[in-house]
Amino acid sequence: MVTATPVRDVERARAAAAAVTDPELPMLTLADLGILRRVEIDEEGTVQVWITPTYSGCPALAEMRVDVDRAVRAVGFDAVRVRTELSPAWTTDWITDEGRRKLTEHGISPPGAAPRRAAGPVPLTLLPTRTVPHCPLCGSSDTEELSRFGATSCKSLHRCRACLEPFEHVKEI
Amino acid sequence: MSGDNIFTGLVEEHQGDARWAFGTGFTDALAGVDTTLPAGVDGADLALYCQMLGDDALVQAQRLVQWVTDAPELEEEVALANIALDLLGQARLLLARAGQADGTGRDEDAFAYRRAAHEFRNVRLTEAPRGDFAHAVVTLLVLSGQRLALFGRLADSTDPVLAAIAAKGVNELAYHREYAVSWALRLGDGTPYSHERMVEAVADVWPLTGELFATHPVEARLAAQGAAVDPATVRDEVHAVLTRVFTEATLAAPAPFPEGTVAGRDGRHTPALAPLLDELQKVAREHPEATW
Repeated sequence: MVTATPVRDVERARAAAAAVTDPELPMLTLADLGILRRVEIDEEGTVQVWITPTYSGCPALAEMRVDVDRAVRAVGFDAVRVRTELSPAWTTDWITDEGRRKLTEHGISPPGAAPRRAAGPVPLTLLPTRTVPHCPLCGSSDTEELSRFGATSCKSLHRCRACLEPFEHVKEI
Repeated sequence: MSGDNIFTGLVEEHQGDARWAFGTGFTDALAGVDTTLPAGVDGADLALYCQMLGDDALVQAQRLVQWVTDAPELEEEVALANIALDLLGQARLLLARAGQADGTGRDEDAFAYRRAAHEFRNVRLTEAPRGDFAHAVVTLLVLSGQRLALFGRLADSTDPVLAAIAAKGVNELAYHREYAVSWALRLGDGTPYSHERMVEAVADVWPLTGELFATHPVEARLAAQGAAVDPATVRDEVHAVLTRVFTEATLAAPAPFPEGTVAGRDGRHTPALAPLLDELQKVAREHPEATW
């Protein structure tokens, strides 16, 4: 006979996993980032947590796995398995509104809509087609890109021509 | 942190950030992924194919990080390091898949650190000596162009793990190519001197491009089953992309890719690979008990 796991157990495990933060963007939780895909408790009572990597080479993923394991154990579960879900690939569109608000609050410009690709070969673009982010500090749209690549895979570097402050932008992917 | 000994403080169990000083010890990049082989696919073949794609990325990443502290601008150094990190991530997933597919259970470190040069399956262009910045631009343009075309098709592989790795990789390779294109345009259509350096780089890189489109028997077998992509099938697509870039960059239209034969995919490499691996593997070989 299969006994249903009480809903509140799953919710407790999910809440613990969801509250784990990204070591490189510590203002964001895994739930804010949208990388926490689902949480289940199997018949043996093991909590199974599925997370999706942001970038193939994201070095924070190993830390986040261990943090999830620790956080779920801390709310009373003895058996935890953190699993990788590769498909579908993560996109910045999964960052929640709350996550976007927190990024702006911390001076980081949130991503716009991710590029949507038709099936077939990726078309060649000879000119940058990127959207110009607004300055998260003064709100001006008069900004320029300093570098497409920044301190982490997910961010680019910009400068506001209005308030002259440099800022980071989470790239659309 | 206890006492005033920093080392002791770092190696103790902690709840704070210091616990990551020596890494998590976590090495399974594919933990919890369903790793069943697709019906009819030979595990040894699939493992070799994953090593080919994984080694291309690993060796290219190691070459790219040689620009760190040595690029023309800090921003370019950061860009090349970021591109290398993406490729390293792709290599980790592919090599982990290789160890599952051939049944040996070898992890990514076993492949990266404990194989000799003749066991690597990368194409020779990935191991070519670094050269100047124009060489880096042309090499990245060719390699990202080929890999983007391959991965675009590999996203439909009958192996769900390869399909997922490829679908993810396409998003990254698209901006790798975009970066290489932007520099090809600036240097090719820049000053007479930058133009000349690009022409020299193209001349040096071109003889190595044929191998990128030569089909290994493993690729042919797996492609027939829908698990792999025969690289010969992306040859025209990649050439068309490069022709557009070269034309826009005021460079002469690229010569046809030379007829290449399988070499690196069978473990036959240039003398440039062994010293690159010495650097890559030194710490792991000297400290076999280390974790990171």
